[in-house]
Order: sequence, then C-alpha cells, then structure tokens
Amino acid sequence: MRSSGETIAKGAFLFCAGASAVMTASVFLFMITLGLPLFRESDFFSVWTGRWSPHEGLYGVGAMISGTLWIALLATVLSLPLSLGTAFVITSLGGARLQKFLNAIIRFMTGIPTVIYGFVGIFLLVPLVRGGLGGAGMSVLAAGIVLAIMISPTMTLFFSDSLLAVDSTYVQAAKALGADRVQRLLYVMLPKALGGMTTGLVLALGRALGDTLIALMLAGNAIGAPESLLDPARTLTAHIALVKAADYDSLEFRSIFACGIALYLFTTVAVIAIRLLGRKNRKCHDPKCC
Amino acid sequence: MLLIVFTFCLMASPCFGDALDAFEGQQGTIKIAGGTAHIPVMREAAKRIMMRYKDISITVAGGGSGVGIKQVGEGLVDIGNSGRKPKPEEIERYNLKMYQWAIDGVGLVVNPKNPVHSITKEQLKEIFSGKIDSWAALGGTDHAIIVYTRDEASGTRAVFWNKALDKGAISTKALFVPSNGAMKTAVANDPYAIGYVSVGHMDESVAPVALDGVTPTLETVKNGQYQIARGLYSNTKGEPEGLTRLFIDYLFTAEGQKIAADKGFIPVK
Repeated sequence: MRSSGETIAKGAFLFCAGASAVMTASVFLFMITLGLPLFRESDFFSVWTGRWSPHEGLYGVGAMISGTLWIALLATVLSLPLSLGTAFVITSLGGARLQKFLNAIIRFMTGIPTVIYGFVGIFLLVPLVRGGLGGAGMSVLAAGIVLAIMISPTMTLFFSDSLLAVDSTYVQAAKALGADRVQRLLYVMLPKALGGMTTGLVLALGRALGDTLIALMLAGNAIGAPESLLDPARTLTAHIALVKAADYDSLEFRSIFACGIALYLFTTVAVIAIRLLGRKNRKCHDPKCC
Repeated sequence: MLLIVFTFCLMASPCFGDALDAFEGQQGTIKIAGGTAHIPVMREAAKRIMMRYKDISITVAGGGSGVGIKQVGEGLVDIGNSGRKPKPEEIERYNLKMYQWAIDGVGLVVNPKNPVHSITKEQLKEIFSGKIDSWAALGGTDHAIIVYTRDEASGTRAVFWNKALDKGAISTKALFVPSNGAMKTAVANDPYAIGYVSVGHMDESVAPVALDGVTPTLETVKNGQYQIARGLYSNTKGEPEGLTRLFIDYLFTAEGQKIAADKGFIPVK
C-alpha cells in the first residue's frame, strides 16, 4: 500500500524531471528562435559552410565547426593512450605506493583551473611548437596537446573506476587459474569494464568539445578552417567568446546561436552514443547474450 | 581661533584639498567594464580613490569596447569604456552620455628581436591581407610573418582597420587575441609576429614599427604626425549621478589627466 508521502515525493520528483526536460528542450528552441534572423537573412546552408566575414555580410561558422572537431578529436586521440596507461597502473599494474601517488595526482589535476593549463601552454608549449615544428605556434596541435592533458584525469578516473568495479570473484578465479597481473587485466577486467570505459571516453570528448579557454588561448582563433595540425583554428566556443561583445541586434551576434545549435547537436550525439553503448553493455550481462 | 582652524584641518586631512576630496564621505561601488586600452588608467584611479576612502569599492573589468557599450547600456555596469566613439544608433538606443578623457594612438608592433622597424602603408595592407607572407620581403629573416589581430568588437581594431588598413582585407590565417594586454604578450613571445596595440600599452617588451616613416609614440600622436589615433571614452547610461559622476569628474581633474599621461595617453585638458 502506498502512503501519501510516497505519492507526494513521486509527484515532486516527476515535476523536477519534467522541468529539467522542458528546460533542456527550451534552450534548444531559444537558440533557434534567437538565431532565426541570421537564418532568414543569409542562406541556411551558407551559415554552416560559408566564410566568416562580417563586414561583407558573410556569417558562416563552418570553419569553427571544423576547428572544434579537429581540436577535440586530436585531444581525445592523444589523451586515450595516456589515460589508458595511467588507469592500468592505478588499478592493477603498479605497486601500492605508486597507485596511491598516481591516484592523488590525478584527483589533484581535476582541480587545477583551466586557465593555469592555458598559461603553461602559452609560455612553454607554443614557443616549443613554433621553434620545433614551425608555423605560428598557436595551433590545433598546441591546443590539442594541452586539452589532452586537461581531459585525461576525467578519462583516467572513469577508466579506473570501471576497471575496479569488475566483480572481484572473476579476478580471483582468474588468479586461481594461474593468470598473472597483465593477463587478469587484459582478459578479465578489460572486457568487463569496456562499457564504462567507453562512457568515460565519450564524456571526455564532450569536455574537449565544450572547452573554451584552452582553444581561445592556444589555438590562435584564426577564421580559416585548419588544414594541418600546425594551422591555427577557431572553435565554436572560442567564437562565441570573441563575438559575444558584438551589438545584440547584429547578425554577427546572432551567429553565436548557430554555434550554440552546433554544439548542442554534438552533445546530443555524444549522449545518444553513451546511451546506446550502455544498453549494449547491459545486454551483455545477460548470460544468453555472452 | 587659529587652534580651531587647525583642529578642523586635522579632521579633514589632508588640509590642502586635492582632487580626491570630492569623494569625502561617499560610499558604495562603481562597476567599470569595456575597452582594454583604458584599464591601466582605470586601475590607477580606482586604486587612489579606494586607498583613501575605504567605503568605496571600484571594480575594473575588460571585455573590449563592444562589451563596454553593451554592458553600460543594459545597466550591468556604471561606466562602460570604449576605444571608439559609440555609434549613433548605440547612443540613441541606450541614451549614452560620452566622456572623452584622453587620446590614444594605435601602433604597429613587432617583437624586439625583429630587425624590421619601418614599413609603408602599402606594405602594411599586403602583410595583413596575406600577400606579403615572409619577413624576407621586408628586409628581415626568411620566416613566415605571423599576423595577430583583434576581434570585431574591439575599438582598437576598428580604428586600425579604418585608418591604417583603409578597411582592407585581413587574412583568414591571422591569429586573434582578445585584448590589448594579450596582443602585447603574444607579440612579445613570438619573434615573427606583427600586431597592433594601443600606444599607451607599448613598452620595451614590444618594438614599435614606423608607418610611412612615422613611429607611433606619445609625441607623434600628440603633435598629429601619427594619424592612427582615437579618443578614449567612458560612457554612462544617461546623466551620471553620485559616485559615477564623481569618478568621471575625477578623470578630468589635473590629477586624473596626469594619470592618463603617465600611462601613455594624451590628456584632453
């Protein structure tokens, strides 16, 4: 039998869930509504693919979409092996003291403000890239490397948490069969933890897509689409940060809503990907499936 | 009688009045944002006022001229600075009152290690549009020129683009920095950089480049030889009142104008 308290609680939580769903949807509608003048004045497709040249009346954010993807994907690709290795050491390969030390470092790293990474990048990495590889220094590469370091704690924590969440009886059974540490990690823990680890990967990618400051400080913010790792690039978030100072009624300002829509869609795709992977992972726990 | 006067003087110290006396007995906050060229002067003025009168707090933020005009217009700050005159439609929409308290040049800068110290206006346009892309073409080392520019809402950019580039194209490879300070840091750290910065912000970390033979300095801007200059404005929404009024007035006092001069700008009085 249900108590009235339970009904009230259910109602309250339902309301909260509904409100946040409505809010998320209304943010999207809000961006479309505010961006409408831009889509009306200039061709819908030219907004996504055209050039950015406000004084000529061109408000394309295609180069920014490309810049965002270059930098975020590079950061994820660079961060993956780094985080994977760290997570392996923390969960099974390292000694107890090393594990404890690394864990503390990783947790500390999550607390370092982004701007600190940015400064280190601008004074150490940018001159290094410019001197060693040429180009302007401020580039996709510089931003990608620093971003990779910045997202690696998120990734590492997710990886190690999923690895540690694997049922210890499996690990012990493998141990009893004579599997050494590496074998236990690769053949028992890793396959079981893959679902959670993918979630961590996608979340880290999401963080890289959404980061503003690193790209703003290190990628150079040029308005052309990058063609190589040494080219400068402007991300959608950096573009919003640079253009938000423009007059509210100008189409230039409206272009930030186009950027918002693009970022929103990227995030949506990432969330859907997590959901699909999660579902697949849950199915695998079913003995009939595996 | 003398004693009374003396005691009174002690109470209202300092005895001989200066520009800061106007703030006596005042309390509250002033929020300032906008143009990044203005910041050194705003900070110094705020510091002097706050050191003397503990009940007054003044915050100074950047953001650029566009931000300054917008935020003061929306009532988010008390004073919005801009390195360009607000546009007629901005003045009308927000009912802005403008106070131009200094003149500032916008000069080309390169890294101090760069041997190039003089170019023509034609060369400048070709550098920024990307037609000249190596320092070798200008008598420097054989390395690509790295062009730095500011975002479209920058007053510094507006003046430079109008008066130095004659509204010419800026290459899509140009790097964007968000403030005068960031421009200086970028050029100071990049031996192949070229950029433009408020003359008031120039120091030994960057080297000025003469344009058609005229080096941008305080003197050449003052005597009108160097033409790429603009007013520095502090804007308020409607007629300023209370502390905001006092602050604006302070900028126009001999002391306020001296701060502007000390920070590398040309006072208007």
